[in-house]
Amino acid sequence: MDAARTYDVLVLGGGNAALCAAIEAAQAGRSVLVLEAAPKHFRGGNSRHTRNLRCMHDAPADVLSDAYPEDEYWQDLVKVTGGQTNEPLARMTIRHTATCREWMSRHGVRFQPPLGGTLQLARTNAFFLGGGKALINAYYRTAERLGVEIAYDTEVADLNICDGEFTSAVVMHQGAQHEIGAKTVVAAAGGFESNLAWLRKAWGPAADNFLIRGTPYNMGRVLKVLLDRGAKSVGDPAQGHYVAIDARSPKFDGGICTRVDCVSLGIVVNRDAQRFDDEGLDFWPKRYAIWGRLVAAQPDQIAYSIIDAKAMGQFIPPMFPPIKAGSISELASALALDPAILESTVMQFNRAVGPGSFDHTRLDDCATAGLSPPKSHWARPLDTPPFFAYPLRPGITFTYLGVAVNERAQMLWQDDTAASNIFAAGEIMAGNVLGKGYIAGIGMAIGTAFGRLAGKEAARHVAG
Amino acid sequence: MSQGRSIPVALVEEGQRMASICNACRYCEGFCAVFPAVERRLTFAEGDLAYLANLCHDCGSCYYACQYAPPHEFQVNFPKMLADIRMETYRKYAWPGALDAAFARNAIVVSLITAASLALLLCTMFLLIDPTVLFAAHADSAGAFYAVISHRTMAWTFGLVFLLVVAALAAGFVRFWRDTEENAGALFSPGPLGHSVSDVLQLRYLAGGGDGCTYPDETPSHARRGFHHITFYGFMLCFAATCVATIYHYGFGWEAPYAFSSLPVLLGTAGGMGLLIGPAGLLWLKAKRDPVLTGTKQNGMDAGFLTLLWLSGASGLLLLALRESSAMGILLGIHLAIIMALFVTLPYGKFVHAVYRFAALLRFHLERERAVPEISPE
Repeated sequence: MDAARTYDVLVLGGGNAALCAAIEAAQAGRSVLVLEAAPKHFRGGNSRHTRNLRCMHDAPADVLSDAYPEDEYWQDLVKVTGGQTNEPLARMTIRHTATCREWMSRHGVRFQPPLGGTLQLARTNAFFLGGGKALINAYYRTAERLGVEIAYDTEVADLNICDGEFTSAVVMHQGAQHEIGAKTVVAAAGGFESNLAWLRKAWGPAADNFLIRGTPYNMGRVLKVLLDRGAKSVGDPAQGHYVAIDARSPKFDGGICTRVDCVSLGIVVNRDAQRFDDEGLDFWPKRYAIWGRLVAAQPDQIAYSIIDAKAMGQFIPPMFPPIKAGSISELASALALDPAILESTVMQFNRAVGPGSFDHTRLDDCATAGLSPPKSHWARPLDTPPFFAYPLRPGITFTYLGVAVNERAQMLWQDDTAASNIFAAGEIMAGNVLGKGYIAGIGMAIGTAFGRLAGKEAARHVAG
Repeated sequence: MSQGRSIPVALVEEGQRMASICNACRYCEGFCAVFPAVERRLTFAEGDLAYLANLCHDCGSCYYACQYAPPHEFQVNFPKMLADIRMETYRKYAWPGALDAAFARNAIVVSLITAASLALLLCTMFLLIDPTVLFAAHADSAGAFYAVISHRTMAWTFGLVFLLVVAALAAGFVRFWRDTEENAGALFSPGPLGHSVSDVLQLRYLAGGGDGCTYPDETPSHARRGFHHITFYGFMLCFAATCVATIYHYGFGWEAPYAFSSLPVLLGTAGGMGLLIGPAGLLWLKAKRDPVLTGTKQNGMDAGFLTLLWLSGASGLLLLALRESSAMGILLGIHLAIIMALFVTLPYGKFVHAVYRFAALLRFHLERERAVPEISPE
């Protein structure tokens, strides 16, 4: 990092989108500086925790089976977002996923067949060998080889923008303030999910009980500066990817292994030992992103997933051991729930379970009758001790509030004009495509498509 | 045959903690055999960890890819933990059990045994052999070596030690296998046996999922696999040279030394070159290795074995080059003393990794033939 020089392209952020932009710009012959707020060990933002890329393809391709055509991908996106998506940008992203694996491979990313327990994604998602951190490491190696400068532990404090033109960034590094000039800037610094004060503003006091699954470094500083300077915003601050995760997880950075996958195999009760939603409405992969919000709406934002011995071994074992008891009332005591109420909740549930043949690989016919809320599939009485419980809390993966962009990845001002030399990529603009809901592997698809685009466009802008 | 001392409880608990995290994460599944083996389990008993530890080829790929590696608060350094457990299994399965102490300060033990072997053999030679014979320049004719040390002495000493070494290694294998709770008959299943042999011959799991392992640093490279191949095949060529020479001696009555163009000498020369290049390369890589992944105990053990292999190759080639000179007698003594030290320390040093790695791979392939209990879509 050299405050005396003017870089061609300044990349704010150090995750997937940022590095895709840096690599493309460097390959176009531009001088590039990447500012990563995290220390080297924690570089990569939330990309560190990712594991796959949702890819369109018309025929079986390397690690992908069958076909996943553009329109099916698009329909899946429309379904989860309820239409809160920008179709041209979304289709651009989708089409890009058809070809970008080759580019990724060329820059050191390796793919593997779907992981154990994720067969349902074999058709749609290409998994990274070693996960997102391996991908990030490969991109950093490539970027360094291309001469990209990387400054770790470097936080953006402010951006100087004159008449809609970016001129420099004010950054903090080792307690000192520096001003870094550049001809173009790519904002790829993620959302604001690590900023507890901002979450509280969006969600109210409930946010205090949220766990942040990813990096503690996504404070949303760049997003905030851009919005304050008149960038057009997309998405709702309270929208994001929320998952129900183990309540014993650390406040930050617990990642994938804090998940609990047994909701559909038992019942879930709240602090008052009452059920509050249909645990068996659909397959867990389609529901896990709903349960974060459901738990967030419960008193004290806590819930307990309860199963019996029959379900053990039928789901990916979570990292935290279950709380175990010989009877429902003992389990209630261990969870500090009212034993009488929990026994009655379980009894009512058990009585309502109708006959059926249990099969957790399909939407089976094991349902409750006359129970509210019902359990539509996989309903089996909780009658085989020992009983097990996993406490659940809402875990936030990323936020959707972002800046609007156009088809050249240029940031838009509130009057819909494009910022000439400010580009945005990744989580900071993901809300353009994903305004609501979630489908696995879409975040990396958006980051890769817009990161590469932003890098190329920034390089082109420098060429004039 | 009694079992050795257990692996320390704290280490087992640490292994269980990390394996549970890996089992919930699964991102590293494509790197090697260890992670698919983890995923077959819900809990991890001491025997499971001993198995996983010996299945691990210590390539380091999973460490650099790990989102939970230190300084993350989960402090997951899976390969280092497995290396620590692996050292404990070497001790635990050693036979006779009383010799397990050899693993505690292995570098010193190996050095002392080598020194003792050299001292013993050379002193014996000086005492028993007429100096005019010992320091005579020998024509390169049949029987020249045996003028210094009789074939009978060599064959008996080395044959006896070889049998003891094989017995000790076999006992270790049996102890390992007993801990796996697989039945003994399963050892001879042709499919898994074939896969295991093929994995060993290719060093499949030193390929780090394709690009090579992250050794000595985080950049994937095939260097370690290459040097290991050179070492392994060098060792095997030397072994083959000895076998051919034995057949020549007993089958045809042809006495060493053999011509430079003869099969035993060609095999031995190629093997000896391998033992010069391979172990030197492995030692060089080891010296450069990222210290977060290395255990000091293991470093000494690895270095001891690699040095002995290198010395075996070097002394053998030197003997070959100078076998017509007056130094032949002494060089023959030195070479035999080094080979003896290598033999004696095989069951009590780094060499045992070959035995347990093979056993672990065999178990891995046996397990793969059994279905995994079906789990709900995640």
